[in-house]
Amino acid sequence: MNALARVLGEVWSFFVGDDWLTAAGVVAALAVTALVADAGIAAWWVMPPAVAALLALSLRRAMR
Amino acid sequence: MSGPELGLALSVFLACAVEAVEALTVVLAVGITRSWSSAICGCAAAAAALTLVVGGLGPALTSLRLDVLRLVVGGLLLVFGLQWLRKAVLRAAGLKALHDEQATFAAETAAATAAARHGSRKIDPYAFVVAFKGVLLEGLEVAVIVLTFGANQHDIPLAAAAAVAAVAVVALAGLTARGPLARVPENAMKLCVGVMLTSFGMFWGAEGAGTSWPGGDGALLALIPAVLLTSLGMVRWLRHHAGALAVVDDAA
Repeated sequence: MNALARVLGEVWSFFVGDDWLTAAGVVAALAVTALVADAGIAAWWVMPPAVAALLALSLRRAMR
Repeated sequence: MSGPELGLALSVFLACAVEAVEALTVVLAVGITRSWSSAICGCAAAAAALTLVVGGLGPALTSLRLDVLRLVVGGLLLVFGLQWLRKAVLRAAGLKALHDEQATFAAETAAATAAARHGSRKIDPYAFVVAFKGVLLEGLEVAVIVLTFGANQHDIPLAAAAAVAAVAVVALAGLTARGPLARVPENAMKLCVGVMLTSFGMFWGAEGAGTSWPGGDGALLALIPAVLLTSLGMVRWLRHHAGALAVVDDAA
């Protein structure tokens, strides 16, 4: 069980890194894009400002 | 070669070159102080493991539906790209220590010299394990980048060739220099990789989520400079406000 938890922890750390909020923000931005596109509205404009905001917030957290 | 193919090759080459420079430092340290044959065996074993990862997961990824593949790949590239960008922006702004290959080499050399030797075995376990871990850990992220870029473009061989070319160039440079490649502009390369991963991640992620970009693939010609300019703008802003901000300690 400990070995499994350690492996899962390594996988989490490898993919998500030390800033899980950014990873969660990426998932949320993609979900919003999918919802807007599903409503028949052009949704390409969602990602650029979302990514800029995620980077800015990530930098802010890194400096606290 | 099309624009996305060029972007794939360039991104993989740069990402792999940066990681190869870091792996080379570790391998050189244990090779010089302990045993070259054991260090090379460790490298070869790690390369074989990475080849298995790419060879095993590649076909599984390429068998996914294109929209699912683009969503997964886009999300992964964005998460990786934002991590690379954050570190590169902090380093460029002087708020995080630059990666110092000479210091890493000195630390690895000291650790390798201090580690105990066990008898007169042909393979030095310390040199083998350190080289194996160094190459595997630095290579795993590159393997994921090779897989995601390659699978999405249905051209894993091109991505793998770019990775192999980067390793060959770095290894050759290391052999010529006979020391760690301390003068490689690692942070600028990391910033470029972060920009490429983030731009392609945004592009493919949005397409996978069901939207189309104005101008199709041509949108990348706007996205890449936009991400670069945004990142440089953040570097500039952070430099101007550096006095009021704390320096980030970890040099990972």
